[in-house]
Amino acid sequence: MNTTTPSKLEKILAAGHYAVTSECGPPRDGRSNIVEHKAGMIKDHVDAINVTDNQTAVVRQCSLAACIKLRLLGLEPVLQMVTRDRNRIALQSDLLGATSFGIHNVLCLTGDHQRFGDHPSSANVFDMDSTRLIQTVKLMRDDGMLLSGFEMKEGRPEMFIGAAENPFADPFEIRVFRLAKKVAAGAQFIQTQCIYNMAKFKLWMQGVCDMGLHEQVAVLAGLTPMKNVGMAKYMKNRVPGIDVPDEIIKRLAGVPKEKQAEEGIQICLEQIEELKQVQGVRGFHIMAIEWEEKVPEIVERAGLFPRPSVN
Amino acid sequence: MIKAKPKPIGEIINDIKGFEKVLIAGCNGCVTVCEAGGVKEVEILAAALRMYFTKEGMRKEIDETSLTRQCDKEYLQELQDRMDGYDAVVSLACGVGVQFLAEMYTAKPVFPGVDTCFMGVTEEQGHWTERCQGCGQCILSTTGGICPIARCAKRMLNGPCGGSENGKCEISILVGRDVPCGWHLIFERLKTLGQLDRFRYPSDDKDWTLSRDGGPREIIKEDSRQ
Repeated sequence: MNTTTPSKLEKILAAGHYAVTSECGPPRDGRSNIVEHKAGMIKDHVDAINVTDNQTAVVRQCSLAACIKLRLLGLEPVLQMVTRDRNRIALQSDLLGATSFGIHNVLCLTGDHQRFGDHPSSANVFDMDSTRLIQTVKLMRDDGMLLSGFEMKEGRPEMFIGAAENPFADPFEIRVFRLAKKVAAGAQFIQTQCIYNMAKFKLWMQGVCDMGLHEQVAVLAGLTPMKNVGMAKYMKNRVPGIDVPDEIIKRLAGVPKEKQAEEGIQICLEQIEELKQVQGVRGFHIMAIEWEEKVPEIVERAGLFPRPSVN
Repeated sequence: MIKAKPKPIGEIINDIKGFEKVLIAGCNGCVTVCEAGGVKEVEILAAALRMYFTKEGMRKEIDETSLTRQCDKEYLQELQDRMDGYDAVVSLACGVGVQFLAEMYTAKPVFPGVDTCFMGVTEEQGHWTERCQGCGQCILSTTGGICPIARCAKRMLNGPCGGSENGKCEISILVGRDVPCGWHLIFERLKTLGQLDRFRYPSDDKDWTLSRDGGPREIIKEDSRQ
Protein backbone atom coordinates (compact mmCIF):
# COMPACT_ATOMS: atom_id res chain seq x y z
CA MET A 1 0.00 0.00 0.00
CA ASN A 2 1.72 3.13 -1.27
CA THR A 3 0.57 6.46 -0.04
CA THR A 4 1.96 9.90 -0.69
CA THR A 5 0.59 11.79 2.30
CA PRO A 6 -0.67 11.23 5.86
CA SER A 7 -4.25 11.59 4.56
CA LYS A 8 -6.65 9.06 6.05
CA LEU A 9 -8.73 9.27 2.89
CA GLU A 10 -5.74 8.27 0.81
CA LYS A 11 -4.98 5.37 3.14
CA ILE A 12 -8.51 4.03 2.95
CA LEU A 13 -8.46 4.13 -0.83
CA ALA A 14 -4.99 2.60 -0.97
CA ALA A 15 -6.21 -0.27 1.21
CA GLY A 16 -8.84 -1.03 -1.41
CA HIS A 17 -11.88 0.06 0.58
CA TYR A 18 -14.71 2.09 -0.82
CA ALA A 19 -14.21 5.60 0.49
CA VAL A 20 -17.15 7.59 1.81
CA THR A 21 -17.01 11.35 2.03
CA SER A 22 -19.60 13.99 2.70
CA GLU A 23 -19.67 17.73 3.04
CA CYS A 24 -20.56 20.51 5.42
CA GLY A 25 -21.56 23.94 4.23
CA PRO A 26 -20.45 26.63 6.72
CA PRO A 27 -23.04 29.16 7.93
CA ARG A 28 -23.62 32.67 6.61
CA ASP A 29 -22.60 34.15 9.92
CA GLY A 30 -19.88 33.79 12.50
CA ARG A 31 -21.37 31.21 14.83
CA SER A 32 -18.73 28.86 16.13
CA ASN A 33 -20.79 25.72 16.62
CA ILE A 34 -22.53 25.12 13.27
CA VAL A 35 -19.80 23.32 11.33
CA GLU A 36 -18.93 21.40 14.47
CA HIS A 37 -22.57 20.37 14.85
CA LYS A 38 -22.94 19.31 11.21
CA ALA A 39 -19.68 17.38 11.31
CA GLY A 40 -20.75 15.72 14.54
CA MET A 41 -23.78 14.23 12.77
CA ILE A 42 -21.71 12.49 10.11
CA LYS A 43 -18.24 11.98 11.54
CA ASP A 44 -18.61 8.29 12.39
CA HIS A 45 -20.08 7.46 9.01
CA VAL A 46 -17.63 9.08 6.63
CA ASP A 47 -13.88 8.98 6.10
CA ALA A 48 -13.44 12.65 5.38
CA ILE A 49 -15.57 15.78 5.47
CA ASN A 50 -15.44 18.36 2.71
CA VAL A 51 -15.94 21.95 3.75
CA THR A 52 -17.32 24.01 0.91
CA ASP A 53 -15.71 27.29 -0.12
CA ASN A 54 -18.38 29.98 -0.48
CA GLN A 55 -20.42 27.61 -2.62
CA THR A 56 -22.63 29.15 -5.30
CA ALA A 57 -20.65 32.34 -4.61
CA VAL A 58 -22.60 33.07 -1.44
CA VAL A 59 -20.52 34.52 1.40
CA ARG A 60 -20.06 32.04 4.21
CA GLN A 61 -17.56 31.31 6.93
CA CYS A 62 -14.29 30.52 5.24
CA SER A 63 -13.51 26.94 4.39
CA LEU A 64 -10.04 27.11 5.89
CA ALA A 65 -11.26 28.27 9.31
CA ALA A 66 -13.91 25.57 9.38
CA CYS A 67 -11.38 22.93 8.31
CA ILE A 68 -9.02 24.01 11.08
CA LYS A 69 -11.87 23.63 13.53
CA LEU A 70 -12.59 20.09 12.31
CA ARG A 71 -8.90 19.24 12.42
CA LEU A 72 -8.64 20.43 16.02
CA LEU A 73 -11.55 18.14 16.82
CA GLY A 74 -9.51 15.25 15.44
CA LEU A 75 -11.60 14.91 12.26
CA GLU A 76 -10.42 14.58 8.66
CA PRO A 77 -11.35 17.64 6.62
CA VAL A 78 -11.14 18.11 2.85
CA LEU A 79 -10.30 21.75 2.23
CA GLN A 80 -12.28 22.96 -0.77
CA MET A 81 -10.60 25.86 -2.55
CA VAL A 82 -11.99 27.85 -5.45
CA THR A 83 -9.85 30.08 -7.63
CA ARG A 84 -12.65 32.62 -8.07
CA ASP A 85 -11.87 34.72 -5.03
CA ARG A 86 -8.13 34.44 -4.48
CA ASN A 87 -5.07 34.99 -6.61
CA ARG A 88 -2.01 32.74 -6.57
CA ILE A 89 -0.58 34.63 -3.61
CA ALA A 90 -3.63 34.04 -1.42
CA LEU A 91 -4.16 30.45 -2.60
CA GLN A 92 -0.63 29.41 -1.73
CA SER A 93 -0.82 31.31 1.54
CA ASP A 94 -3.98 29.45 2.53
CA LEU A 95 -2.40 26.13 1.54
CA LEU A 96 0.53 26.86 3.84
CA GLY A 97 -1.84 27.86 6.64
CA ALA A 98 -3.78 24.62 6.16
CA THR A 99 -0.52 22.70 6.23
CA SER A 100 0.41 24.28 9.55
CA PHE A 101 -2.75 22.76 11.05
CA GLY A 102 -2.20 19.31 9.58
CA ILE A 103 -4.88 19.46 6.90
CA HIS A 104 -4.09 16.70 4.44
CA ASN A 105 -6.80 16.81 1.79
CA VAL A 106 -7.59 19.53 -0.70
CA LEU A 107 -10.23 19.76 -3.41
CA CYS A 108 -9.20 22.12 -6.20
CA LEU A 109 -12.06 23.93 -7.89
CA THR A 110 -12.56 26.89 -10.18
CA GLY A 111 -15.85 27.84 -8.53
CA ASP A 112 -19.29 29.01 -9.61
CA HIS A 113 -19.32 32.42 -11.25
CA GLN A 114 -19.91 35.19 -8.72
CA ARG A 115 -23.05 36.31 -10.53
CA PHE A 116 -24.80 33.29 -8.99
CA GLY A 117 -24.22 34.48 -5.47
CA ASP A 118 -25.17 37.23 -3.07
CA HIS A 119 -22.54 39.66 -4.39
CA PRO A 120 -23.10 39.55 -8.15
CA SER A 121 -21.46 42.95 -8.70
CA SER A 122 -18.16 41.88 -7.11
CA ALA A 123 -14.95 41.48 -9.11
CA ASN A 124 -13.67 37.97 -9.71
CA VAL A 125 -10.07 36.84 -9.63
CA PHE A 126 -9.51 33.67 -11.68
CA ASP A 127 -5.76 34.21 -11.66
CA MET A 128 -5.64 30.48 -12.38
CA ASP A 129 -8.18 27.70 -12.83
CA SER A 130 -8.72 24.41 -11.02
CA THR A 131 -6.25 22.50 -13.19
CA ARG A 132 -3.48 24.97 -12.40
CA LEU A 133 -4.39 24.87 -8.72
CA ILE A 134 -3.90 21.10 -8.77
CA GLN A 135 -0.46 21.64 -10.31
CA THR A 136 0.32 24.29 -7.74
CA VAL A 137 -0.43 21.99 -4.78
CA LYS A 138 1.62 19.25 -6.40
CA LEU A 139 4.55 21.60 -6.95
CA MET A 140 4.43 22.73 -3.33
CA ARG A 141 4.15 19.19 -2.03
CA ASP A 142 6.47 17.21 -4.30
CA ASP A 143 9.06 19.83 -5.20
CA GLY A 144 8.81 21.92 -2.06
CA MET A 145 8.49 25.03 -4.16
CA LEU A 146 6.18 27.96 -4.44
CA LEU A 147 5.15 29.18 -7.89
CA SER A 148 7.72 31.94 -7.48
CA GLY A 149 10.48 29.36 -7.36
CA PHE A 150 11.04 29.91 -3.63
CA GLU A 151 12.16 26.69 -2.04
CA MET A 152 10.65 25.57 1.25
CA LYS A 153 13.29 23.93 3.39
CA GLU A 154 10.65 22.60 5.77
CA GLY A 155 6.91 22.60 6.16
CA ARG A 156 5.89 21.41 2.71
CA PRO A 157 2.20 20.69 2.27
CA GLU A 158 1.38 17.01 2.56
CA MET A 159 -1.90 16.98 0.78
CA PHE A 160 -3.89 14.32 -1.00
CA ILE A 161 -4.98 16.23 -4.08
CA GLY A 162 -8.56 16.13 -5.25
CA ALA A 163 -10.56 17.70 -8.03
CA ALA A 164 -14.11 17.69 -9.26
CA GLU A 165 -15.39 16.60 -12.61
CA ASN A 166 -18.80 16.93 -14.13
CA PRO A 167 -19.56 14.13 -16.59
CA PHE A 168 -22.85 15.83 -17.43
CA ALA A 169 -21.55 19.16 -18.67
CA ASP A 170 -21.02 19.82 -22.35
CA PRO A 171 -19.36 19.06 -24.63
CA PHE A 172 -19.57 15.48 -23.40
CA GLU A 173 -16.79 14.34 -25.74
CA ILE A 174 -14.26 16.45 -23.87
CA ARG A 175 -15.12 15.28 -20.37
CA VAL A 176 -12.81 12.27 -20.25
CA PHE A 177 -9.98 14.32 -21.76
CA ARG A 178 -10.59 16.94 -19.14
CA LEU A 179 -10.28 14.36 -16.40
CA ALA A 180 -7.08 13.13 -18.05
CA LYS A 181 -5.73 16.65 -17.94
CA LYS A 182 -6.50 16.96 -14.23
CA VAL A 183 -4.85 13.62 -13.59
CA ALA A 184 -1.81 14.75 -15.58
CA ALA A 185 -1.78 17.88 -13.42
CA GLY A 186 -1.67 15.76 -10.26
CA ALA A 187 -5.23 14.96 -9.17
CA GLN A 188 -5.35 11.79 -7.05
CA PHE A 189 -9.04 11.66 -6.28
CA ILE A 190 -12.11 12.96 -8.02
CA GLN A 191 -15.46 13.82 -6.54
CA THR A 192 -17.98 13.97 -9.35
CA GLN A 193 -20.93 16.26 -9.81
CA CYS A 194 -24.05 14.62 -8.37
CA ILE A 195 -25.23 11.79 -10.54
CA TYR A 196 -28.82 11.28 -11.61
CA ASN A 197 -28.35 10.26 -15.24
CA MET A 198 -26.83 6.85 -14.60
CA ALA A 199 -26.54 5.90 -18.29
CA LYS A 200 -24.47 8.97 -19.08
CA PHE A 201 -22.29 8.48 -16.01
CA LYS A 202 -21.56 4.89 -17.04
CA LEU A 203 -20.65 6.05 -20.52
CA TRP A 204 -18.21 8.57 -19.07
CA MET A 205 -16.79 6.00 -16.67
CA GLN A 206 -16.27 3.62 -19.57
CA GLY A 207 -14.22 6.31 -21.28
CA VAL A 208 -12.26 6.85 -18.07
CA CYS A 209 -11.43 3.15 -17.86
CA ASP A 210 -10.65 2.87 -21.58
CA MET A 211 -7.94 5.48 -21.08
CA GLY A 212 -6.70 3.67 -17.97
CA LEU A 213 -7.40 6.71 -15.83
CA HIS A 214 -9.22 4.62 -13.20
CA GLU A 215 -5.85 3.18 -12.25
CA GLN A 216 -4.34 6.60 -11.71
CA VAL A 217 -7.14 8.39 -9.90
CA ALA A 218 -9.82 7.35 -7.41
CA VAL A 219 -13.24 8.37 -8.67
CA LEU A 220 -15.76 9.00 -5.90
CA ALA A 221 -19.27 9.09 -7.30
CA GLY A 222 -21.18 12.21 -6.24
CA LEU A 223 -24.68 11.75 -4.85
CA THR A 224 -27.25 14.24 -3.61
CA PRO A 225 -30.48 12.74 -2.28
CA MET A 226 -33.59 14.62 -3.35
CA LYS A 227 -35.75 15.92 -0.51
CA ASN A 228 -38.82 16.35 -2.69
CA VAL A 229 -39.95 16.80 -6.27
CA GLY A 230 -39.57 20.58 -5.99
CA MET A 231 -35.87 20.18 -5.35
CA ALA A 232 -35.56 17.81 -8.32
CA LYS A 233 -37.23 20.32 -10.62
CA TYR A 234 -35.07 23.14 -9.29
CA MET A 235 -31.91 21.14 -9.87
CA LYS A 236 -33.01 20.25 -13.38
CA ASN A 237 -34.01 23.73 -14.45
CA ARG A 238 -31.95 26.16 -12.42
CA VAL A 239 -28.60 24.56 -11.65
CA PRO A 240 -26.22 24.55 -14.63
CA GLY A 241 -24.43 21.30 -15.34
CA ILE A 242 -26.85 19.07 -13.42
CA ASP A 243 -28.66 16.44 -15.44
CA VAL A 244 -31.87 15.21 -13.80
CA PRO A 245 -33.72 12.76 -16.05
CA ASP A 246 -37.51 13.04 -16.21
CA GLU A 247 -37.85 9.55 -14.69
CA ILE A 248 -36.48 10.85 -11.38
CA ILE A 249 -38.97 13.70 -11.34
CA LYS A 250 -41.84 11.39 -12.29
CA ARG A 251 -40.86 8.92 -9.60
CA LEU A 252 -40.78 11.57 -6.87
CA ALA A 253 -43.99 13.17 -8.13
CA GLY A 254 -45.62 9.73 -8.07
CA VAL A 255 -45.53 9.43 -4.26
CA PRO A 256 -47.38 11.58 -1.70
CA LYS A 257 -45.49 14.64 -0.52
CA GLU A 258 -44.79 13.23 2.94
CA LYS A 259 -43.14 10.18 1.39
CA GLN A 260 -41.00 12.01 -1.18
CA ALA A 261 -38.01 12.37 1.17
CA GLU A 262 -37.93 8.60 1.75
CA GLU A 263 -38.29 8.05 -1.99
CA GLY A 264 -35.32 10.39 -2.53
CA ILE A 265 -33.24 8.35 -0.08
CA GLN A 266 -34.38 5.14 -1.76
CA ILE A 267 -33.28 6.44 -5.17
CA CYS A 268 -29.91 7.36 -3.69
CA LEU A 269 -29.48 3.88 -2.20
CA GLU A 270 -30.38 2.22 -5.49
CA GLN A 271 -27.81 4.43 -7.20
CA ILE A 272 -25.10 3.38 -4.76
CA GLU A 273 -25.89 -0.30 -5.39
CA GLU A 274 -25.73 0.26 -9.14
CA LEU A 275 -22.53 2.29 -8.87
CA LYS A 276 -20.83 -0.46 -6.90
CA GLN A 277 -21.02 -2.50 -10.09
CA VAL A 278 -19.39 0.18 -12.22
CA GLN A 279 -15.70 -0.36 -12.94
CA GLY A 280 -13.53 2.44 -11.61
CA VAL A 281 -15.90 3.73 -8.93
CA ARG A 282 -13.81 3.77 -5.75
CA GLY A 283 -16.18 5.43 -3.36
CA PHE A 284 -19.05 7.79 -2.76
CA HIS A 285 -19.27 11.49 -2.05
CA ILE A 286 -22.64 12.15 -0.44
CA MET A 287 -23.66 15.79 -0.66
CA ALA A 288 -26.82 15.94 1.43
CA ILE A 289 -27.47 19.65 1.08
CA GLU A 290 -28.73 21.02 4.43
CA TRP A 291 -29.74 17.43 5.16
CA GLU A 292 -26.59 16.16 6.82
CA GLU A 293 -28.60 14.20 9.40
CA LYS A 294 -29.57 11.73 6.68
CA VAL A 295 -25.99 10.79 5.79
CA PRO A 296 -25.57 8.15 8.55
CA GLU A 297 -28.80 6.45 7.50
CA ILE A 298 -27.74 6.39 3.83
CA VAL A 299 -24.30 5.02 4.68
CA GLU A 300 -25.74 2.31 6.92
CA ARG A 301 -28.52 1.26 4.56
CA ALA A 302 -26.01 1.18 1.68
CA GLY A 303 -23.93 -1.39 3.57
CA LEU A 304 -21.01 1.01 3.90
CA PHE A 305 -20.95 1.02 7.70
CA PRO A 306 -18.89 0.63 9.83
CA ARG A 307 -16.15 2.63 8.19
CA PRO A 308 -12.76 0.93 8.05
CA SER A 309 -10.03 2.09 10.37
CA VAL A 310 -6.53 2.68 9.06
CA ASN A 311 -3.33 3.70 10.70
CA MET B 1 -12.89 48.17 -32.53
CA ILE B 2 -13.86 49.77 -29.25
CA LYS B 3 -17.54 49.43 -28.48
CA ALA B 4 -19.56 51.84 -26.37
CA LYS B 5 -23.17 52.68 -25.64
CA PRO B 6 -24.79 56.06 -25.00
CA LYS B 7 -25.12 57.10 -21.38
CA PRO B 8 -28.62 57.63 -20.04
CA ILE B 9 -29.49 61.25 -20.84
CA GLY B 10 -30.34 61.94 -17.21
CA GLU B 11 -26.70 61.43 -16.27
CA ILE B 12 -25.55 63.91 -18.91
CA ILE B 13 -28.19 66.47 -17.89
CA ASN B 14 -27.02 66.18 -14.31
CA ASP B 15 -23.40 66.72 -15.34
CA ILE B 16 -23.98 69.83 -17.45
CA LYS B 17 -26.92 71.56 -15.77
CA GLY B 18 -24.65 74.13 -14.12
CA PHE B 19 -23.03 75.25 -17.38
CA GLU B 20 -24.42 77.64 -19.95
CA LYS B 21 -22.37 77.01 -23.09
CA VAL B 22 -21.76 73.36 -23.79
CA LEU B 23 -20.03 71.65 -26.71
CA ILE B 24 -21.04 68.13 -27.66
CA ALA B 25 -18.00 66.56 -29.32
CA GLY B 26 -18.41 63.34 -31.27
CA CYS B 27 -15.73 61.04 -32.66
CA ASN B 28 -15.75 59.65 -36.18
CA GLY B 29 -13.80 56.54 -35.15
CA CYS B 30 -14.99 53.43 -33.31
CA VAL B 31 -17.99 55.01 -31.58
CA THR B 32 -19.41 56.00 -34.96
CA VAL B 33 -19.34 52.36 -36.05
CA CYS B 34 -21.21 51.25 -32.94
CA GLU B 35 -23.68 54.13 -33.27
CA ALA B 36 -22.88 55.64 -29.89
CA GLY B 37 -20.86 58.78 -30.52
CA GLY B 38 -20.65 59.84 -34.16
CA VAL B 39 -22.11 62.85 -36.00
CA LYS B 40 -25.60 61.37 -35.91
CA GLU B 41 -25.56 60.64 -32.18
CA VAL B 42 -24.15 64.13 -31.45
CA GLU B 43 -27.06 65.63 -33.34
CA ILE B 44 -29.63 63.49 -31.53
CA LEU B 45 -28.17 64.19 -28.09
CA ALA B 46 -27.86 67.95 -28.72
CA ALA B 47 -31.46 68.12 -29.90
CA ALA B 48 -32.70 66.20 -26.88
CA LEU B 49 -30.73 68.41 -24.48
CA ARG B 50 -31.98 71.60 -26.09
CA MET B 51 -35.53 70.33 -25.84
CA TYR B 52 -35.11 69.38 -22.19
CA PHE B 53 -33.51 72.66 -21.08
CA THR B 54 -36.00 74.76 -23.07
CA LYS B 55 -38.86 72.90 -21.41
CA GLU B 56 -37.26 73.50 -18.03
CA GLY B 57 -36.85 77.21 -18.85
CA MET B 58 -33.07 77.02 -18.58
CA ARG B 59 -30.91 79.07 -20.94
CA LYS B 60 -28.33 76.88 -22.63
CA GLU B 61 -26.25 77.16 -25.73
CA ILE B 62 -25.50 73.71 -27.04
CA ASP B 63 -23.18 73.34 -30.02
CA GLU B 64 -22.17 70.29 -31.99
CA THR B 65 -18.95 69.05 -33.51
CA SER B 66 -17.32 65.77 -34.40
CA LEU B 67 -13.63 65.04 -34.77
CA THR B 68 -11.89 62.51 -37.01
CA ARG B 69 -10.60 60.89 -33.81
CA GLN B 70 -10.22 61.96 -30.21
CA CYS B 71 -7.28 59.67 -29.47
CA ASP B 72 -4.82 61.75 -31.52
CA LYS B 73 -3.58 65.21 -30.61
CA GLU B 74 -3.70 66.60 -34.12
CA TYR B 75 -7.46 66.22 -34.29
CA LEU B 76 -8.06 67.46 -30.77
CA GLN B 77 -6.10 70.60 -31.62
CA GLU B 78 -8.79 71.51 -34.13
CA LEU B 79 -10.87 72.66 -31.16
CA GLN B 80 -8.21 75.06 -29.90
CA ASP B 81 -9.71 78.25 -31.29
CA ARG B 82 -13.25 77.45 -30.20
CA MET B 83 -12.66 76.04 -26.74
CA ASP B 84 -12.68 79.37 -24.89
CA GLY B 85 -16.26 79.87 -26.00
CA TYR B 86 -17.54 76.93 -23.95
CA ASP B 87 -18.04 76.31 -20.26
CA ALA B 88 -17.96 72.52 -20.61
CA VAL B 89 -17.65 69.70 -23.13
CA VAL B 90 -19.52 66.43 -23.43
CA SER B 91 -17.36 63.99 -25.35
CA LEU B 92 -19.07 61.11 -27.09
CA ALA B 93 -15.74 59.42 -27.76
CA CYS B 94 -14.72 56.30 -25.85
CA GLY B 95 -13.07 56.70 -22.46
CA VAL B 96 -9.74 57.12 -24.21
CA GLY B 97 -10.93 60.11 -26.19
CA VAL B 98 -12.65 61.71 -23.21
CA GLN B 99 -9.42 61.56 -21.25
CA PHE B 100 -7.20 62.80 -24.03
CA LEU B 101 -9.53 65.72 -24.64
CA ALA B 102 -9.46 66.58 -20.93
CA GLU B 103 -5.66 66.29 -20.89
CA MET B 104 -5.34 68.82 -23.68
CA TYR B 105 -7.88 71.31 -22.35
CA THR B 106 -7.06 71.07 -18.68
CA ALA B 107 -9.12 74.05 -17.55
CA LYS B 108 -12.30 72.82 -19.20
CA PRO B 109 -14.71 70.38 -17.52
CA VAL B 110 -15.10 67.38 -19.85
CA PHE B 111 -17.90 64.85 -19.30
CA PRO B 112 -18.34 61.42 -20.87
CA GLY B 113 -21.40 60.91 -23.04
CA VAL B 114 -20.98 57.17 -23.53
CA ASP B 115 -20.15 54.13 -21.43
CA THR B 116 -17.15 52.44 -23.00
CA CYS B 117 -17.67 48.68 -22.95
CA PHE B 118 -15.24 46.46 -24.83
CA MET B 119 -13.21 45.64 -27.91
CA GLY B 120 -15.49 43.76 -30.19
CA VAL B 121 -17.13 43.11 -33.51
CA THR B 122 -20.35 43.92 -35.33
CA GLU B 123 -22.40 40.72 -35.44
CA GLU B 124 -25.06 42.54 -37.46
CA GLN B 125 -26.37 46.07 -37.49
CA GLY B 126 -27.17 47.08 -33.92
CA HIS B 127 -25.50 44.02 -32.34
CA TRP B 128 -21.93 44.08 -31.06
CA THR B 129 -20.06 41.43 -29.08
CA GLU B 130 -16.76 41.25 -27.23
CA ARG B 131 -13.67 39.54 -28.60
CA CYS B 132 -10.54 40.90 -26.90
CA GLN B 133 -9.50 42.18 -23.48
CA GLY B 134 -6.08 43.44 -24.48
CA CYS B 135 -4.27 41.09 -22.10
CA GLY B 136 -0.95 41.94 -23.74
CA GLN B 137 0.09 38.41 -24.70
CA CYS B 138 -2.03 36.80 -27.38
CA ILE B 139 -2.70 33.07 -26.96
CA LEU B 140 -5.05 32.67 -29.91
CA SER B 141 -2.57 30.39 -31.69
CA THR B 142 -3.20 27.73 -29.04
CA THR B 143 -6.96 28.07 -28.76
CA GLY B 144 -8.16 27.77 -32.31
CA GLY B 145 -8.42 31.53 -32.75
CA ILE B 146 -11.02 31.93 -29.99
CA CYS B 147 -9.98 33.84 -26.87
CA PRO B 148 -10.74 32.21 -23.50
CA ILE B 149 -9.73 35.38 -21.65
CA ALA B 150 -12.41 37.43 -23.35
CA ARG B 151 -14.98 34.73 -24.00
CA CYS B 152 -14.92 32.53 -20.88
CA ALA B 153 -16.65 34.19 -17.94
CA LYS B 154 -13.97 32.67 -15.68
CA ARG B 155 -11.13 33.38 -18.14
CA MET B 156 -10.08 29.74 -17.73
CA LEU B 157 -7.04 28.42 -19.53
CA ASN B 158 -8.13 24.81 -19.04
CA GLY B 159 -11.83 24.89 -19.82
CA PRO B 160 -14.64 24.21 -20.26
CA CYS B 161 -15.82 24.25 -16.64
CA GLY B 162 -18.60 22.06 -15.30
CA GLY B 163 -21.24 24.70 -15.95
CA SER B 164 -21.16 24.53 -19.75
CA GLU B 165 -24.50 23.33 -21.06
CA ASN B 166 -25.65 22.99 -24.68
CA GLY B 167 -22.89 25.32 -25.77
CA LYS B 168 -23.95 28.00 -23.31
CA CYS B 169 -22.04 29.52 -20.41
CA GLU B 170 -23.46 28.96 -16.92
CA ILE B 171 -24.10 32.68 -16.53
CA SER B 172 -26.69 32.60 -19.34
CA ILE B 173 -29.43 31.74 -16.87
CA LEU B 174 -28.52 34.82 -14.82
CA VAL B 175 -28.05 37.41 -17.52
CA GLY B 176 -31.18 36.48 -19.43
CA ARG B 177 -29.50 35.84 -22.78
CA ASP B 178 -27.55 33.02 -24.36
CA VAL B 179 -23.86 33.59 -23.69
CA PRO B 180 -21.84 31.14 -25.81
CA CYS B 181 -19.39 29.01 -23.81
CA GLY B 182 -16.00 30.16 -25.07
CA TRP B 183 -14.45 26.78 -24.41
CA HIS B 184 -17.24 24.97 -26.25
CA LEU B 185 -16.42 27.18 -29.25
CA ILE B 186 -12.72 26.39 -28.82
CA PHE B 187 -13.51 22.68 -28.66
CA GLU B 188 -15.57 22.78 -31.85
CA ARG B 189 -12.91 24.77 -33.68
CA LEU B 190 -10.00 22.57 -32.56
CA LYS B 191 -12.04 19.53 -33.54
CA THR B 192 -12.49 20.97 -37.01
CA LEU B 193 -8.77 21.70 -37.18
CA GLY B 194 -7.89 18.20 -35.93
CA GLN B 195 -6.11 19.68 -32.92
CA LEU B 196 -8.05 18.19 -29.99
CA ASP B 197 -4.76 17.00 -28.53
CA ARG B 198 -4.37 20.49 -27.13
CA PHE B 199 -6.94 19.55 -24.50
CA ARG B 200 -4.59 16.97 -23.06
CA TYR B 201 -1.99 19.20 -21.50
CA PRO B 202 -2.43 21.75 -18.72
CA SER B 203 -1.57 25.29 -19.70
CA ASP B 204 1.00 27.41 -17.92
CA ASP B 205 -0.07 30.24 -15.65
CA LYS B 206 -0.72 33.42 -17.50
CA ASP B 207 1.61 36.36 -16.96
CA TRP B 208 -0.84 39.06 -15.96
CA THR B 209 1.85 41.75 -15.74
CA LEU B 210 1.20 42.33 -19.42
CA SER B 211 -2.48 42.86 -18.69
CA ARG B 212 -4.01 45.60 -16.54
CA ASP B 213 -2.73 43.84 -13.41
CA GLY B 214 0.79 45.05 -14.24
CA GLY B 215 -0.26 48.68 -14.03
CA PRO B 216 -0.91 51.21 -16.83
CA ARG B 217 0.81 50.04 -19.99
CA GLU B 218 2.64 51.72 -22.81
CA ILE B 219 4.14 50.74 -26.15
CA ILE B 220 7.24 52.39 -27.53
CA LYS B 221 8.31 51.80 -31.11
CA GLU B 222 11.73 53.41 -31.29
CA ASP B 223 12.06 53.59 -35.06
CA SER B 224 8.80 55.50 -35.32
CA ARG B 225 9.88 58.07 -32.76
CA GLN B 226 12.95 59.27 -34.65
